[in-house]
Amino acid sequence: MTLKLGIFYFLAAFTLWAAAVVVLGKNIVRSAVALIFGFCGMAALYVLLDAEFLAAVQVLIYVGGITILLLFAIMLTSRIGVTTARVVNDQVILSAIAAIGLLVGLIYASTSGIPAMSGPPRLPETAPFLGRALLTTYALPFEAVSVLLLAAMVGAIVLARKE
Amino acid sequence: MTFASLVERFYAALAAWGIPWIVPTLIVMVIVVSVVLAYISVAAMFMIWWERKISAHIQVRYGPMRVGGWHGWAQSIADGIKLLLKEDLIPTGADKVVFVLAPMVVFGATVAAYVTIPWAPGLIVRDLNIGILYMVSISSLVVVGIIMAGWSSNNKYATLGALRSAAQAVSYEVPLVLSLLGPVMIAGTMSMGKLVEAQSGRWFGVLPGWFVFPQIVAFLTYFTCALAECNRLPFDIPEAESELVAGFHVEYSGMRFAMFFLAEYANMFVVSAIATTLFLGGWHGPWIPLPGLPRDVAHGLFGLVWFQVKCYFLIFVMMWLRWTLARLRVDQLMGFAWKVLLPIAFANLIVTGLVLILGKHALLYVGGIAILLLVAILLAARPAARTVRVGERT
Repeated sequence: MTLKLGIFYFLAAFTLWAAAVVVLGKNIVRSAVALIFGFCGMAALYVLLDAEFLAAVQVLIYVGGITILLLFAIMLTSRIGVTTARVVNDQVILSAIAAIGLLVGLIYASTSGIPAMSGPPRLPETAPFLGRALLTTYALPFEAVSVLLLAAMVGAIVLARKE
Repeated sequence: MTFASLVERFYAALAAWGIPWIVPTLIVMVIVVSVVLAYISVAAMFMIWWERKISAHIQVRYGPMRVGGWHGWAQSIADGIKLLLKEDLIPTGADKVVFVLAPMVVFGATVAAYVTIPWAPGLIVRDLNIGILYMVSISSLVVVGIIMAGWSSNNKYATLGALRSAAQAVSYEVPLVLSLLGPVMIAGTMSMGKLVEAQSGRWFGVLPGWFVFPQIVAFLTYFTCALAECNRLPFDIPEAESELVAGFHVEYSGMRFAMFFLAEYANMFVVSAIATTLFLGGWHGPWIPLPGLPRDVAHGLFGLVWFQVKCYFLIFVMMWLRWTLARLRVDQLMGFAWKVLLPIAFANLIVTGLVLILGKHALLYVGGIAILLLVAILLAARPAARTVRVGERT
């Protein structure tokens, strides 16, 4: 148990360090590379929670897909990799309040225990369970999300087309 | 007595002496990683020599003939030593941290995929529940390393190569994952070991129970996408020598270049191993009990050999294609992934799901043939490209 706790603290520190580099980095490409390490740290934390399907999907979608598209967009934007990004802007106080509020909420949730957050169910294999749940109990939200993504994609194409 | 039981016995022996469990675990981990790394190095050096010989014979040459005597077998070893001794160069304008990190990311992601390769019955580093998904997702990290290398080199050719690689990888990953779902749906599991075991029967009592027969469409789609994932011809635009010098690794030399090279060949083995496991029946093949050996050890040895034979056959096909086909253009490459491979993969997925629900395995063949026919009709019915003459109004 102590070893698992040690691994958790190591992974948490690693993920937080990567996240800090993402937010505070002056070079936007370095931030994107740090984001990859952050996502990998999150995936490792999922593995620690016995959610290995979620971990693999996290790496496949976020690292293999979204971050690569992000880097792609950065490299296609001329000179953006050379200019230094502004880390802090005028809304620093507002965002600090929001962040502290979220932190307080999370601490409250993890100490007093919101019912949905307490006690992860132990499953021998998560993938079949997730698949069945998505296509039976949660079929409607699943389809709604699909339609939302489709609408977003169509919108992006309409915006990007010149004619 | 399998590999797993050997490890269990080792654990039990050390536990009997009162040594904490972390010590034998670490020892086993180090041994397994060393074996895998040694295998990767030797296999990659063999594949490099093999590719040079194959390319030479396709082009009516001899290839390396001198180093080591018989057909230049030691050429890769000599090249490896040369690369090790070369000066370590980092360009002045390069982002040093990212530049140094990039080959490690590429090599690490490739090696990590070896965890779930089922070499023989019971011989697998860790048979994860999500085996095939893990392999696909960890392999997708290779592109990240390629982009890091291309950007950090501060070189226009390298950045162009990385951009092309990113576009190609993201496009081809979609049909790749979709085509792998066919065998997963039939077997009802994602674990690599169970996927191989699911192919032990026979189709119609004659053909071996490999998934390549009902899933021929998925196999062809997967193999095409795998070629693209490995940046092999005809999908090698990320490192096209004649346009981009060498693409993303143009600024790398010495040991760092060797890491990229090693990872490229190790990755070829990984995609072949996935194809062998999911479509070609993994370690299954005819075997006979060897005299003087227990039955399961003999079975394991034959399985090991069969797995290697199937993998290296696929690698041979990849090399054969590389030295036979011409390079695709960027727009053709993208159009092929999104307009041809993706619809085929989706059609295969739908037909497989339908047949599985209807509950007749034999119908899979009908479905596969129907898809092939449909594709052939679509390709034949496609209007021919109009040629536009200079000055003509379109």
